[in-house]
This record gives sequence, structure tokens and C-alpha cells, in this order.
Amino acid sequence: MAFNYEKYIRPGKLPHIWCPGCGHGIVMKGLIRAIDKCALNKNRTAVISGIGCASRLPGYVDFNTVHTAHGRAAAFATGMKMADPGLTVLCVGGDGDGVAIGGNHFIHACRRNIDITYILMNNHIYGMTGGQFSPCTPTDGFASTTPYGNPDPVFDIAKLAIGAGATFVARTTAYHATQIDKLIIEGIQHKGFSVIEILDCCPTSYGRRNKYRSVVEMMKQHKELAVPVTAAAKMAPEDLAGKIITGVLHKEDKPEYCEQYSRLIEKVQEQAAAKG
Amino acid sequence: MGIPKIEINEKYCKGCSICVEFCPTQVLQMNGFVAQVVKPEACIKCMQCELRCPDFAIRVFPE
Amino acid sequence: MTRKTALIQGNEACAHAAVYAGCTFFAGYPITPSSEIAEVLAKELPKVGGKFIQMEDEIAAMAAIIGASLCGHKVMDASSGPGMSLKQELIGYACIAEIPCVIVNVMRGGPSTGMPTGPSQSDVMQARWGTHGDHAAIAIAPASCQEIFAETVRAFNLAETYRMPVQILMDEIVAHMREKIVFPEPGELAIVTRQAPFVSPAEYKPFDTSFGDIPPLAAMGGNYRYHVTGLNKAPDGFPTTKAELVDAEERRQLRKVEAHAAAIEKNEEYLTEDAEVIVLSFGITSRSARFAVDSLRQEGVRAGLFRPITLWPFPEKRVAEVARKTRAIVVPEMNLGQLVYEVERVVKGSCRLAALGRVDGEPITPYQIIDKVKEVL
Repeated sequence: MAFNYEKYIRPGKLPHIWCPGCGHGIVMKGLIRAIDKCALNKNRTAVISGIGCASRLPGYVDFNTVHTAHGRAAAFATGMKMADPGLTVLCVGGDGDGVAIGGNHFIHACRRNIDITYILMNNHIYGMTGGQFSPCTPTDGFASTTPYGNPDPVFDIAKLAIGAGATFVARTTAYHATQIDKLIIEGIQHKGFSVIEILDCCPTSYGRRNKYRSVVEMMKQHKELAVPVTAAAKMAPEDLAGKIITGVLHKEDKPEYCEQYSRLIEKVQEQAAAKG
Repeated sequence: MGIPKIEINEKYCKGCSICVEFCPTQVLQMNGFVAQVVKPEACIKCMQCELRCPDFAIRVFPE
Repeated sequence: MTRKTALIQGNEACAHAAVYAGCTFFAGYPITPSSEIAEVLAKELPKVGGKFIQMEDEIAAMAAIIGASLCGHKVMDASSGPGMSLKQELIGYACIAEIPCVIVNVMRGGPSTGMPTGPSQSDVMQARWGTHGDHAAIAIAPASCQEIFAETVRAFNLAETYRMPVQILMDEIVAHMREKIVFPEPGELAIVTRQAPFVSPAEYKPFDTSFGDIPPLAAMGGNYRYHVTGLNKAPDGFPTTKAELVDAEERRQLRKVEAHAAAIEKNEEYLTEDAEVIVLSFGITSRSARFAVDSLRQEGVRAGLFRPITLWPFPEKRVAEVARKTRAIVVPEMNLGQLVYEVERVVKGSCRLAALGRVDGEPITPYQIIDKVKEVL
């Protein structure tokens, strides 16, 4: 049965601003299906973003939505979650927003293990500003500011998140549409900071400059390079070079930040009461 | 099992052709810059076109 | 009834006043000479069920308080020079998205790392213009520990009333000086809470001006669901580039302060009525100025003190009136000329004007002020 997305889309907001073939729409649909599956209360759900193409997502969805400043989504979301720990807080945004200008906020949100689900759409480029290279643009790749090829190494977002202390880290691609909602559901249900990296396609700013004939070619490449994490475990490292490992990459239970702070408040108040 | 109803919202479709290219049974075709249903009887209701359409332009009602 | 008193620092008074005002969320980042505010609130907020969070940087602290304010909390952040420079981005966000918050700037020398442990009053213009784009500003500069308490409470009230960021500008001396303060009883000082929506969730628009220039703000997570952006926005909160909407919104945001300047302004005048010379001074410098005024009076010079407690909006009407009745105004400030330019703009040549700046990390002494007054007369 066709899924009724309209239930979660603000009236009159479609069609969205994203270019033909941009995968952000695929991710937005996955996010909506995940929220529907989790039966979240719209009034008790907040979607927070920074700046960039992907960060325009909150404007379309009918929740509490905050389109913040460039890179700052995780820090705003931390304030909101701490202010109202019962609120389901989701961050959405792109690679430049999340791990370049927002890198510090991102790693510290991971470290605190605050119960926020961060959906990072990695399309390897700054799309909105016209295709400048990001920390996720492949080395030797072309962008408007790497006219001779990108000399920079690339951030592995999942490794960064795991290293910084995130307790749920997963990856998929915009091609793997059904896996998007599955992983977001797991992320929402996980108590702690969850990162879901979704490799996305920007045919306009990245594809054109890097000899992809169409977004379909980009998606087919994601399909071919994807290796489920279970299969990857049985493969030699050299065979995994250049592959995209998909699925739940890391999951552990660790104390969640807001719960820790609630316990602190209880302790302080008990001590104060004991003193009279 | 009847033929599924496939709706394409032409106002939303931006013509990326993702649905056409990933349909396993060639149900869809591009008509200029808009996707079009050409072989509904071949549809196997896999829903991949609806899932992957970035523009909220396709809905499949499998009956 | 014996009133609770204490010998405390200005920073401590500020933190206790925040709790009195109903602040339940503080986010900060350590920086001299403001850190005691964070330290006291880390201790005090959990006692009242409030939250304290030390963020990863100054920008994050601003972001966190804006987020918490959107969820209905009264919020505060405290910093100094370099931290304030970093916060400017999100001070602008709080301005355009109209989110109440209080930001304390304990001023130190600058630019850059400057003199972290030295006093300064060199962020006067930063407090007015410190973020890009046109925006309104409210900044308060208290001069004693008791006043810091009262003015911190007033800063929260102004932020909640006008739906905007309010800055408390202290200098390192008032922040670290210990004075006896008398704690106000609960209910003694007025406490303002932000206006809740007048309409149902279905009719609610976060920037609806049907009820005046200050739209009611609903707490996120309650029954009202809406969108907030840092882009120029329409009354419904969604981005717009429509010329007439952008123009109306920008002008309204300035009007929030302009139209209520009389209610926001607060000055202290000491012997200004018959004054032939007025020392216009704020913060710790105003205390040297008061001493100078008394000394000058003893010498037969009819001196007076005009002390703006609200620096922004600048009390331009009153300063212009005072200037017309006096021969000269002297503006001592711990910078190389900031507030004096605002005075010059307002006075429009109706009396003589002299600046007295000091930036060596030492306060301006009464004797420097006396000498300057004699020089100008």
C-alpha cells in the first residue's frame, strides 16, 4: 500500500527545493516512515538542522522544527534535549555542516552520549553554495574549489562518531531506501547518541564535475560498493578498500547524558533535604 | 490480483528518472522531463519506485 | 524580619540573581573573568531542578541556551571578550528568531586575548553592533554588587518581555569586587514571564503581530508546533524573500526596542540639575566619577554625574536635555573612545565634550577625571 507521506508534510510545502535526483528527498521519506513506525507524537518530536541543502529538510515536516545556524544543529539540539529530556530530538544535515563547521559540536554530542538521533546526509560536497569541496569529498575528486583535484584526505564519519563516543553508529546509502527507515528506527529507539550516515548523491554539484552521467550512475555505484557489515566481517581488509560498509557498525550501552544529569539533580536535592 | 494503480504527480516530478532506471520490469518510462506509466500490467508491486522517488511524486496502490 | 545578607562578588550576585529571576538553564564555557558565574550556577541550578551544562565552546553555549529557551526555559550564558566575539553569530540568531536569552559579558581588555585579568569597558560598541545585519540591542551596565543583582533580574524581565537577547555588561572590577548585598525576598522584585500564545495551536504563528510588535512565543514540546529559522521569515515562521515581508519584519524588530525605549532606559543622575559640567560614566568608572563630582563640588565646581544603567538603547533624549543645560560633558571610559561617540551624536554640539580613555588595565581614578573636568572648563 502506498505510504501516506502527506500526514507528516506541512501543507503547501511540496515540491521541495532540492535538485532533480538529489537523494535528500529519499532520506526525508525514510525519516518520515521511521517516525510513523515509531508512532512518535508530533508535538513531542523536534527536528533540528544547520545550514545547507540537507538542512532545509525541517521546513517540510510537521514537527517542532528549528533551522539553526551553519554547523550548530547538535549544539541547539543538546540545549533542547537537556531542557526537555522527554522530547524526541532528531538532527538532520549534510557533511560540511555536520563535520566541518559543526565538527566540534558533533564530536562532543557523541562524547556526551545525549539521546539525539543525528541523520547525516553525506553527499561529499557543499551543494547550496555551488559545489565547494567538503571534508568528505574524495581525495582527487573535483569540486569548484578543487579545480586540479582534491588534495585533502577524507573524514570517515562513522569512525569519527565511534571514536568520539557515539553509542549507535550506522551507515547506508540513498539507494538502499528501505534500510534508511530501519536504521533511523533503531537510532530513535537506542538510548544515547545515534549517528546514521547516509551516503547521498548530489548530481548537480558533485556528479557533474566528477564524470557521472546521471544520478542513476551514482546510485548504481553505491549499490555496487555497498557491503553489509556482516559480510564485511568475513572479508579481508584489502578486499574492503573503497567499499561502503552498510548496516549497524557500532552499538553499545552507556549512560545517557540527560539521565545522568537527572540523577545529579536527585542527589543534590536529597543532600539538601537531608541537611534540612 | 489486479493491476496496481500507479499515480505520478506531474507537479512534483522533476524528471530525475530514478524510478524508470530502477524499475525491475520497465513499467515506467520518461516522457520528456516527467515519468510516465507505460506497462502497468508488468508491475510486480516491489514499491521501489515509490521508495526511491526523491520528489514524493509516485504512489503505488497494489489493490 | 532579618534580611539575608552576604559579602559576595559581582559575578556571584549575578548568578544568584539569575536563580531569583527564574533562570533554569545555563550553558557556558570557561573564560576569565566571568567563570564564577558558571561555577555558582553549576552548584545552585540543580538545587532548584535547573540545568547547567558546560559546552564544548562559546558558540555551542549560545546554541544550547537558545534551544533551551525555545523549550520554555529562562536561560543565561556568561562570557568575556574572545567568547563574546564567537557568540556574535548566534546573538544574531536570537535576534532574528526572537528568542529570549540573557548574556553576561564581563569585559576585559582586547582585541583578541587582550588582558584576561584586567578590567575594561571596551565592548560598548560590540554590545550594540556585535553581530552582522541590522538588529536591536539591549545592554545593561551595573556598577555595584547590589545593582548587579537587581539588574540581572531586570535583564531576564526585558529578554522575556521583548523576546530578544539582553546583554549585561560588567567590567572585571564590578565582577570580582566583594560588597555586602541584601538579598531581595521572593516577590520583592518583579519577575516577568514570557507571553504565552493568545490563540489555539491551529491558529498560532510564531511571528504573528496581530497583538502588537512582540509576538507571543510558545514553548516547543507543548501543544504548539512551529518552525524557526535564521532566514528572514514571514509571520508563520517560514523563510521568505518577499520584499514587503522582509522589510516589515526587519523594521518591527528594531521597533520593539525603539518604541519601548522609555521603559527600557534607566539612568542615575546625581547633582545634574544645576551642573555646569557633567561626568557621563557607567560601570566601575562611574564610582570614580562620583568621587570626582563630590570633590569638585567641594572646590566650588558645580559638577554632576549622569550614569546610564541601560547603555543600549542609549538614553538619547535625556542626555540631549541635560547637555542643553550644561557647559560641558566629560566621558571617562576604560577604552579609547566608544560611548563618547554616542554622546557626541546625541549632544550635537550643544555643549563642550571631552573624552577620557584608559586602557592600561588600571581603573580610571577620580583625580584623572577631576583634571579632565578642569581642563575642559
